Amino acid sequence: MTRILHWLFPHPVLTLLLAVVWVILQNDLSAGMAVFGLILGIIITKLTAVWWPERPNGIRLGKMMTYAAIVLWDIVVANIEVAWIVLTVPNTKLRPAWVVIPLDLRQPEAITILAGTITLTPGTVSADLSDEGHSLLVHALHTEDPDAVRDEIKDRYERRLKEIFA
Amino acid sequence: MTFELFGTYATAICLLLGAGFVLVGTIGLLKFNDPMTRLHAPTKVGTIGIGMFLLASMIHSYVYGDGSLHELLIMAFLFVTAPISANFMAKVNIHKGACDLPPKPPQDETWSTLDVPVEDLELAEDAKV
Repeated sequence: MTRILHWLFPHPVLTLLLAVVWVILQNDLSAGMAVFGLILGIIITKLTAVWWPERPNGIRLGKMMTYAAIVLWDIVVANIEVAWIVLTVPNTKLRPAWVVIPLDLRQPEAITILAGTITLTPGTVSADLSDEGHSLLVHALHTEDPDAVRDEIKDRYERRLKEIFA
Repeated sequence: MTFELFGTYATAICLLLGAGFVLVGTIGLLKFNDPMTRLHAPTKVGTIGIGMFLLASMIHSYVYGDGSLHELLIMAFLFVTAPISANFMAKVNIHKGACDLPPKPPQDETWSTLDVPVEDLELAEDAKV
């Protein structure tokens, strides 16, 4: 039984995601559309399975939701902070800085999400990854203390991502 | 009636807030004079500004029409793609040397953008001569 399930859903989260996207695209929450979305989700994941030989298994969806909520809230708060910086801090007093973040995360997917989060939360843009993937280069718009920015990112986002991709 | 009135006001407030954030983002783009700090402005517009516009669109469609959830998808795709374009622009800035040189990474040799293969360096030397 589990074998059939595994054959049918090689990537259950992706199947679910495709079904949800399909239903929203149709703007029609009916059983027929949901079933059709599920069929599409199964076909697409089966067809593309060749291209993702290694995928993270055991993503904790509940923790992922909390993470998304925290990031959304941070985007709102940080946006207002940056709007304030743009309007009040003159160019001569602006202190942009490079921040180097040593990474504990190893999975490419987790690092991608971390880099995306850093860019989306205003005030920081992730610029580059070191050649072996052990550290992330982040540009901060205005900071007096680059070390504090690094510690906050590590504690607030990376720690949670480590729990999600445990 | 009051429901529609409330919807109208909510839509208007969302539009105004969105427009305000887009305006601030544009001011930032014009005001800053360094390519790396300029990069920060568009990422702001992309998140809160557009998010407010989409929220206004959703409220309006639910109050006056059938309701639409497409805006959620626009938001999701925007959130996935915006960091990638910002990342590319940052890489171009590092490549061109349009910003301060970043500090060396603590564990590895160099940043991947600055990691030019030896053959390419030789080609560049040949092109100079």
